[in-house]
Amino acid sequence: MTTRIRQGAPRAGAVPYLFLAPAMVLFTLFMALPIGYTAYLSLRRTKVSGLGLGAGARTEVFAGLGNYAAAIGDGELWAGWLRVLGYGALVLALMLGLALVFALMLDAAHVRLAQITRISIYLPYAVPGVAATLMWGFLYLPGLSPFGDHPFLSAGLVTFSMANVAVWGGTGFNMLVLYTNLRAVPREYYEAARIDGAGELGIALRIKIPILVPAIILTTVFSVVATIQVFTEPTTLRPLTNTISSTWSPLMKVYRDAFVTGDLHSAAATSMAIAGISLAVSFGFLRVVKNHAFGED
Amino acid sequence: MRVYQLATAAILVAALGAACSGGSGEPSATSGGGAASGGPVTLTYWTWVPNMDKIVSVWNQAHPDIQVTVSKQAGGDDAAAKFLTAARAGNPPDLVQAEYQMLPSFVAAGAVADIKAETAKARGEFGEGVWGLVTLGTEAVYAVPQDSGPMMLYYRRDLFDKYGIEVPKTWDEYAEAARAVRRKDPKVFLGTFSSKDPGWFAGLAQQAGAQWWSIDGDAWKVAVDDEATRKVASYWGGLVKEGVIDDTPYFTPEWNKALNDGRLLTWPSAVWGPGVLSSNAPKAKGKWAVAPLPQWNAGENHSGFWGGSSTAVAAKSAARAAAATFATWLNTDPQALGLLIEEGAVYPASTKGAALMTEAPGYFSNQPDFWKQAAAIGATARGFTFGPDVNVTYNAYRDAFDKAVADRSDFTAAVRTMQDTTVADMRKTGFTLAQ
Repeated sequence: MTTRIRQGAPRAGAVPYLFLAPAMVLFTLFMALPIGYTAYLSLRRTKVSGLGLGAGARTEVFAGLGNYAAAIGDGELWAGWLRVLGYGALVLALMLGLALVFALMLDAAHVRLAQITRISIYLPYAVPGVAATLMWGFLYLPGLSPFGDHPFLSAGLVTFSMANVAVWGGTGFNMLVLYTNLRAVPREYYEAARIDGAGELGIALRIKIPILVPAIILTTVFSVVATIQVFTEPTTLRPLTNTISSTWSPLMKVYRDAFVTGDLHSAAATSMAIAGISLAVSFGFLRVVKNHAFGED
Repeated sequence: MRVYQLATAAILVAALGAACSGGSGEPSATSGGGAASGGPVTLTYWTWVPNMDKIVSVWNQAHPDIQVTVSKQAGGDDAAAKFLTAARAGNPPDLVQAEYQMLPSFVAAGAVADIKAETAKARGEFGEGVWGLVTLGTEAVYAVPQDSGPMMLYYRRDLFDKYGIEVPKTWDEYAEAARAVRRKDPKVFLGTFSSKDPGWFAGLAQQAGAQWWSIDGDAWKVAVDDEATRKVASYWGGLVKEGVIDDTPYFTPEWNKALNDGRLLTWPSAVWGPGVLSSNAPKAKGKWAVAPLPQWNAGENHSGFWGGSSTAVAAKSAARAAAATFATWLNTDPQALGLLIEEGAVYPASTKGAALMTEAPGYFSNQPDFWKQAAAIGATARGFTFGPDVNVTYNAYRDAFDKAVADRSDFTAAVRTMQDTTVADMRKTGFTLAQ
């Protein structure tokens, strides 16, 4: 009996790795290798001699951290971060605020037509970002808009107009996450609260929201990461207006460098920098809220 | 535990941003070739000419040993970026439609082949100016010219009559007409300045005599902010600031609507304009007419080029000779030219092709001498050498002029931004620049 266990012990050590293998292989192939390759590219640059026209006039050389220095020293990238910060603050506050309000309202016992309301709030999430942005774009264009001749895409309003697209598309999903969490709360809590004399508002503020905090933090982190990567909305709206530059958001700058101006190496360095910043932001946020979010740990 | 999961999710999503930068790497085998195996050579061809598959099927019938497959592209800058990326990844098509302004970028990236030996026969079929666009002024030949885009002024003849405006012969008259139109109907504009179409602006600069790039020995000379270009920029900037010219970019839904509703009276465009007008403004069929571009000085007779493209062979194509033979046939053979005109709505660059254009496009049935006019205007068009980083310059145009238009600020400053961005990029990459 004991010998069998001893024989089995090393095998038990290998088995977890066997189970892990598919995930590890996929991670290596589709995450680690591309990231490694991006890091490699970011340390190199193209060097041209003379007119750069004949064969062999273009070579790839080691650039050290030159691309990073250029990326970090580029004011346009930081201006992009600032724009995204303003946009993100709008989106986060509006989208999560609305999602929370909707979830609480739907969860309140006596809402009629709850199911249809829930689906119709969720539905925009099912519309692909490009389609949603194009649709809103046409609603914004002064010449075509059914809302009349308003400068929705002017320099002063374009951030709000873009945030509106994101809020419209994202509220439903976040509402659903919060709502599902609320439905899992044992009903006895509310009964106890009612016996103690709490009204619906009191229950929402003192019981439901505190219970929801971990879910709110989860949706916040996802929204922050999505905001840092905002690309679809501004890129789709750009041909319709002259208020969105090709470097409006940091990821747009990466796209421009890689595919419009053909400088893959700068693009690689910038994307590594962006990845670093978004990691720092999401980790930093988690650290700050850890104790509130994960009381059970 | 959940912190860890969240963190992992954050890493994954963050890394997506990092991973989207594509790859380069060493060339692998291309899709072309097959000559060695004894079967027919198969070629892939990226193009956005409408109905190219029909034209190619004529070639395929007559040449069972060289079979061409057409892959329809979206056109414009996206198509160029896609080709450059495919070439870098070692997987380009054998043949590609290359706009003249993008060809130097393709050459500088080593993405297209020198097909001088294979195209010796084609040389005599093209004029001096258009041939220079595919040689870049060097000894090599990088493509076979396909179509060209001499610029002319499209105008609404019926509405000109209605508002009592003469066809402007100079840009001064054009500005006067713009003011007159606004006085007569504040909902209508004579024209619009497009901050999204650098090729259009380049054509207007060419008309004014600009030379954005030139080759001086072994060095590039960049003069995007030369006097001619500054003149064009400050002219349009003044009109936009004055509010007598609209700023809706071309090819946008709003522009289409304005054209359709008769709220835009002119479009300084190229010879391929009828195709755009007929699909974007079908309601105005038979109401437009064409005239030479307004001139900077009365009595002059100049035009520029907007667009136009060539057929290039990828450097990594395994069947270069076959591809060059096809490219030559497509752009010089009378049957192919006839098909290009009829099926592809192309204005051929070859001298023989231009002579084949007789019947006016349906949209311009009111102007039976359309092609005669076009040929006369085409003869006055002057171009310039394009540099190896036109994509950088053009992107700078969009960003700088978007901002200048939105702020109603100085257009010559936008031109200076284009110049500075172009020079900075060329210097960074290591091109030799003349001072």
